[in-house]
Amino acid sequence: MSGRSSVERRDEGTSHRLETQGLVLSYGDLPVVDDLSVTIPDGRITVIVGANGCGKSTLLRGMARLVNPVRGAVLLDGRSVHHTPSKEVARVLGLLPQAPVAPEGITVTDLVGRGRYPHQGWFRTWGTADDEAVAQALAATGTTDLADRRIEDMSGGQRQRVWIAMALAQETDLLLLDEPTTYLDLAHQIDVLDLLTDLNRQRGTTVVVVMHDLNLACRYADHMIAMAAGAVAAQGRPSDVVTAELVQQVFGLESMVVADPVSGTPTVVPIGRHHCAEPASRH
Amino acid sequence: MTAYASTRLAARSRTGAPTVRRVRRHARTRSTTVCLGLVVALVVVAGAGLTLGDYPLPLGQLVATLAGHGSTASSFIVLDLRLPRVLTGLLVGVCFGLSGTMFQNLLRNPLASPDIIGISYGASAGGVLAILLLGWTGMAVSGAALSGALVSAGLIYALAWRGGLSGYRFVLVGVGVSALMLAVVEYLMTRADVYEASAALVWLTGSLNGSSTTQLHPLAVACLVLVPLTLLTGRALLVLQLGDDVAASVGLRVEVARLAAIALAVLLAAVATAAAGPVGFVAFVAGPVARRLTRGSGPSLVPAALVGALVVVLSDVLGQHLLPVELPVGVVTAAVGAPYLLFLLVRSNRAGVGG
Repeated sequence: MSGRSSVERRDEGTSHRLETQGLVLSYGDLPVVDDLSVTIPDGRITVIVGANGCGKSTLLRGMARLVNPVRGAVLLDGRSVHHTPSKEVARVLGLLPQAPVAPEGITVTDLVGRGRYPHQGWFRTWGTADDEAVAQALAATGTTDLADRRIEDMSGGQRQRVWIAMALAQETDLLLLDEPTTYLDLAHQIDVLDLLTDLNRQRGTTVVVVMHDLNLACRYADHMIAMAAGAVAAQGRPSDVVTAELVQQVFGLESMVVADPVSGTPTVVPIGRHHCAEPASRH
Repeated sequence: MTAYASTRLAARSRTGAPTVRRVRRHARTRSTTVCLGLVVALVVVAGAGLTLGDYPLPLGQLVATLAGHGSTASSFIVLDLRLPRVLTGLLVGVCFGLSGTMFQNLLRNPLASPDIIGISYGASAGGVLAILLLGWTGMAVSGAALSGALVSAGLIYALAWRGGLSGYRFVLVGVGVSALMLAVVEYLMTRADVYEASAALVWLTGSLNGSSTTQLHPLAVACLVLVPLTLLTGRALLVLQLGDDVAASVGLRVEVARLAAIALAVLLAAVATAAAGPVGFVAFVAGPVARRLTRGSGPSLVPAALVGALVVVLSDVLGQHLLPVELPVGVVTAAVGAPYLLFLLVRSNRAGVGG
């Protein structure tokens, strides 16, 4: 991680601790996450990777209390998130789900403002603090200039930034994101991941991301959790855990692991059956 | 596309909050203006409803009568005949407007209004059943209508539930239930004698012809309870609109909130139908019209309620006084609403967002 040594890191991190204990999550009778215990490191970026259907999104949704556990618990500062008032959890823990859909005609300011829900109550309506939080969320995601624009008039990359702004307006110390880069082109993927890194480095926000791209995961993760069949296959710093054996175990893919020339982090080069460099017309 | 400059994050905008305030104020001002405009229009139309008729009253006399200084004749005509009718129309419109916009937002589908998915016809079936089979009258019929709406809603909910609620399936099941309930009404009508059938006819089209203080009072009490409760759900609706996952992650108890909101929407449609029959398309158009006027994206409950009230009162004045033949209010609203339904279907098919 030599590329990162120049970045000053906030050492105190956040004061909130998210962990799972013997967590079992299932859809119907089928367990998707099976007896899983992990601790999310405070003030760090954790990336969860794994093959399709390995339970990584389900784990994230379970941690954000969107799925009820069959057994075990998700603990936030030692208390079960499923037995804590939902708004109380929402002031500490935010989740941006996969591919959220905005209502027709909604403006950026309106959408981002709805992230303030957990800070409002029967008698506490919109106030200056809410204006301030929305403004900061817009500024942090570089969307201030879009404040009065409609979501449907925007590109995919801009939309994703606005959704992240909504999650930021929630002002949580923990931010969970389910595949925030999946539908974006490479430049916008990097944009989003750089933005999340900024948030982590400057505010100390604990970030947990589920994503598919192993190489980007290796580059941006402080901590990586690799899942296979509903269980943790490996976890730790990417440079410590990502090996050809792990990729074989988790993805069933033969590969070589080399150093990323930019960051020095591991890069997975798939081997596959064909190596199609020569033109097809040659033979 | 520029990359996110980390300086932007560090700069903690002090200029951002005014921008947010300006955008929010702009939206709020527009919404307030629209509401005021609707109230003015409503007052004008209600005034027309009170003055027009076989016994036209000049404005001065109307005001005097409303203030309690009218002649015996004008007092009777205004306070006992016309005012209950106008007020019933107004409250019925408010209920249908709120109910429709709530359903449409909860199920994220513009077709999901109580008059299309069979809640209103459920109330009709209950009412007709009570009149024709049980020989009930008065409040008991309203009670039966209320039960009919609840049975209808329960049936739709049970048939559409698949471990979660999809707006599309809810609407499809609702259209089926609507046809079923309408069939019940029509079957019963064919078996009734002429006199009974004419009494039951109001349950097919919706009319304010029989409006009197005896129907107005229970409706007013129901509104007094239901409308404030409905307005309280407004903020929950705003986050529910973003989908269940987002709503849950910002701290809303999604299933509880949705069930409460659907219950309120069903009750609103039921009490309105019990008072005036299934006045068609009011619930269906109120929300979209209100949203177009305010240019907002939320459920805009208050504007939708006002649009609903205006549509009903205006349609009743048109049907009574301004058209060549006197028509019940439900026929007029259907004449306006049905083309809008067609427009919506054509447009959404073209846009490929029919679901």
